[in-house]
Amino acid sequence: MSTDQHAVVSPLTLPSLPYPDNALAPVISANTLGFHYGKHHRGYVDNLNKLVAGTDFADLPLPKIISETAGKPDKATIFNNAAQIWNHTFYWNSLRAAGGGQPPALLKEKIEASFGTLDACKKELAAAAMAQFGSGWAWLVLDGDKIKVVKTANAEVPMTAGQKPLLTIDVWEHAYYLDYQNRRLDYVQAVLDKLINWDFAAENLG
Amino acid sequence: MSHILPELPYAYDALEPYIDARTMEIHHTRHHQAYITNLNAAIKDKVELQQMSVDQLIRNLDEIPEEIRTIVRNHGGGHANHSFFWPLLKKDVALAGPIADAITADFGSFENFREKFTAAATRVFGSGWAWLTVDNRKLEIVATPNQDSPIMLGKIPVLGLDVWEHAYYLLYQNRRPDYIAAFFNVINWEKVNDNFLAAVN
Ligand SMILES: [Fe+2]
Ligand SMILES: [Fe+2]
Repeated sequence: MSTDQHAVVSPLTLPSLPYPDNALAPVISANTLGFHYGKHHRGYVDNLNKLVAGTDFADLPLPKIISETAGKPDKATIFNNAAQIWNHTFYWNSLRAAGGGQPPALLKEKIEASFGTLDACKKELAAAAMAQFGSGWAWLVLDGDKIKVVKTANAEVPMTAGQKPLLTIDVWEHAYYLDYQNRRLDYVQAVLDKLINWDFAAENLG
Repeated sequence: MSHILPELPYAYDALEPYIDARTMEIHHTRHHQAYITNLNAAIKDKVELQQMSVDQLIRNLDEIPEEIRTIVRNHGGGHANHSFFWPLLKKDVALAGPIADAITADFGSFENFREKFTAAATRVFGSGWAWLTVDNRKLEIVATPNQDSPIMLGKIPVLGLDVWEHAYYLLYQNRRPDYIAAFFNVINWEKVNDNFLAAVN
């Protein structure tokens, strides 16, 4: 009979949400965050811990698990769960209560250098979010010294293309279906206008 | 000819409590309609493509002009898959006829088929479909991502299950396995049998 002492110690824990689950309402409801964080994000953590238990991956930090499994079809399940853990943590930090507005000066300058205006940058983010067919993510990234908008499918991450993520928007249907149903554009625009955390994006500029 | 939304062969609440009326209505009038609208927009200047059925369009994607191929694959696929899906749903239809015999012959037992189909539908990562198809007179279970259709793979679908989150999120949220289990209560086996007979004859 197994005892607690013999139980596998999971190397990965679910990071706590950086705000209460009603902090993003009404743009993202507490109901949505409850499922999204409490079931989906937690599910990826639980899955990964089961998948890597007793393997060489068990002792690796999350970004290393992601980079070691990316693009390897036989490691797809580990990659998918690991990347989804990372993506969701990054997404929570990309949002905040009373977000939106103007980016800090240095980021704003770089955005204007790449897109002309902040508005053009937001439009491109919304277009990428709409163009992602099926499940995935829209990202603002640093590629070399240029800021770009990219989209990724399912669990894919920009790091595998050598890009540094600055912020992300989850466009899996579970991110908005309880609040917006099929109206993805309404969700994306509300997130960009009212929740997006430009300070977090500026910190990621490094 | 532009494509139009087919009517459902039942009321939106006909599949309650397994699939709720609100999900059915949004799925049909918003999601399915959007695939049709986007497909029609893509072929609006292509007279020869307008003569073709949606199944013909997606059967030979290589022959679709490159600039609209992805739209036809995604939105033509979405139109074809949803048009195929709706008539597959009906409560209280027993499994009988040649399809029942074929399932036993090819999977050993109905329970084994059900397990394998459930596993395939559960494993789809992201958005997609699980299918029972006929290929060379043999039944097989296939999964496709997004709105890809078995027709694009040269296989003939006889049963399909939409596992995009929009198909179940309002009622089941993250619990896709519960939705898959519920689906087995609303399979219109008469329709599946018809599809099977058409595929093998
Ligand atoms: Fe998500
Ligand atoms: Fe669907």
